[in-house]
Amino acid sequence: MSSVDLVDTHESERVTSGRIWLTGLLAAAFWMASAALIVWWPDATRRWPMTQGLANVCLTVTALIVLAVVMGRWSEGVARRARPSGAWLIALPVLLSLWELLTAKLGLLPVPFFAPPQALLDVYVDDWPRLADSLLHSAILLGSGVAVGAATGFVAGVAIGWSRSIGYWLHPVLRILGPVPSTALLPLCFFLFPSSWSASLFLIALATWFPVTVLTWSGVSSVDKAYYDVARTLGATQRFLIFKVAIPAALPHVFVGLFMGLGASFSILVVAEMMGVKSGIGWYLQWAQGWAAYANMYAALLIMALACSGLISGLFLIRDRLLAWQQGAMKW
Amino acid sequence: MVSAHMQSRAHSNLTQRSAGLALRIDNLSHGFSFEGHRLPVLERVSLDVAPGEFVALLGPSGCGKSTLLRLVAGLEPADSGTLLGDGLAITAPDPSRVVVFQDPTLYPWRRVWDNVALGLEAQGLLKTTKGKVDEALAKVGLSQFARAYPRQLSGGMAQRVALARALVNEPRLLILDEPLGKLDSLTRIAMQQELIDLWQRQGYTALLVTHDVEEALLLANRVIVFSDRPATIKAEITIERGYPRHRDDPYLLDLRKQILGLLGLGERW
Repeated sequence: MSSVDLVDTHESERVTSGRIWLTGLLAAAFWMASAALIVWWPDATRRWPMTQGLANVCLTVTALIVLAVVMGRWSEGVARRARPSGAWLIALPVLLSLWELLTAKLGLLPVPFFAPPQALLDVYVDDWPRLADSLLHSAILLGSGVAVGAATGFVAGVAIGWSRSIGYWLHPVLRILGPVPSTALLPLCFFLFPSSWSASLFLIALATWFPVTVLTWSGVSSVDKAYYDVARTLGATQRFLIFKVAIPAALPHVFVGLFMGLGASFSILVVAEMMGVKSGIGWYLQWAQGWAAYANMYAALLIMALACSGLISGLFLIRDRLLAWQQGAMKW
Repeated sequence: MVSAHMQSRAHSNLTQRSAGLALRIDNLSHGFSFEGHRLPVLERVSLDVAPGEFVALLGPSGCGKSTLLRLVAGLEPADSGTLLGDGLAITAPDPSRVVVFQDPTLYPWRRVWDNVALGLEAQGLLKTTKGKVDEALAKVGLSQFARAYPRQLSGGMAQRVALARALVNEPRLLILDEPLGKLDSLTRIAMQQELIDLWQRQGYTALLVTHDVEEALLLANRVIVFSDRPATIKAEITIERGYPRHRDDPYLLDLRKQILGLLGLGERW
């Protein structure tokens, strides 16, 4: 098996350093065409700011792709990293041009509700301090909530899975409180907690806590009993059985719980920021919508998509590190 | 330094008890509750195993041999009867009595080396005895695989790692619960030889459960034949042959016929 792998690598190395990356050149041409369309096709309804800026972004991408093509001739690392995205690098300028045509150039979509791409760029250039501030506040709130929820969920899950008496008291709480959508508790928590921020922190923690607890518990209780027998005959203490047998064996489940908890925490965060917390990306969305600043809303949504995706990717990165012993685990 | 070490070794052999554990099983009975009533598994079993002896337990499938091993390992308390290791009651698991199970049950998240180190780590001895882990791996011929994960091993290799994990604790009683049951016949023959070699070198007492009559005859000093559940001892056969033994030795073939007869398979063979 390993010899086959070796042959494969050699094959691809020879190919990448040998031939010119034609898909890359094609992608560069598409990006350049997009830039031309943006600059030379006249706007339909009004003259949009940052049109030239958007074209410059396209030209920058063109230059980067050309650079990758040239570097790929010399550096296998560059070639190997750039090549898989070839088709997407062509699809993106096509989609961008389509968006540009439908909004700025032909005015087919109603104007205040559908912003052209240069309007988003305009927002990033003009309003970046407010966006960055919102992102930071969201990150602090989400980070604290998820950290508290994941930590308590992990401990609770191990405790329920391990100790019958703890399970006796925690299990009913878990069954009643866990499935309640945290958003339903939002009005109550805003009333009970000293600040809307602490209320949101609690709810984000709760939304993370539930799946992490359930999955950790299921992980601990599904550990093969033979693992405990082996450790016991070798002189293991209770402490060893928990920390060196139960928890490592349960870790794959724990990561599924963390993944679900993180997903749930995103929606709580946004709802909480829309309803009470006076900062953050959810608040920005609400604020932009209130001013009918739809371009700002799209700009914030795009940032949020990238940030959430980045967090999930980070989680999977940690999982792949910790669970390197697993074979054929899903790739994010 | 080497000679001093050898001397102290020889000295300790003279003054201390031997490497093997003396096992005494007296009137042992055990059962499980199954759907509300009690299912007897062992019925008044008595057996003495001398230090350094290799005893094989044979019997019909499900007769309670493995239960006996779990009791001897201290994994479960017996319902009634006496279990003594060197005259002391066996009440809990102890690293001097190590079990090798039918499945290797290696921890998939630990590399081979860390799996072998498990016992020493659990007892808090690992820091001072790291060399023992390397030694044990070398003993079973897997030194090059120290950094591998269990999923990268074949069945025979995994079972050899399990053996190394047991031996690193220098057990005085090695409990073997069909350790070769799931291996292919070639690996099995090779590992039977290894089991004998290791036992002869280390001098521990060995208790082997197997379904393979030939395996019992090749390895053991004494074969105990159990009845169907609840298990009672049906026969004890002492094998008066040194090692290495040959599977086509007429003496062993004769015993084999005798044992198969006891297990109710006599006519068909």
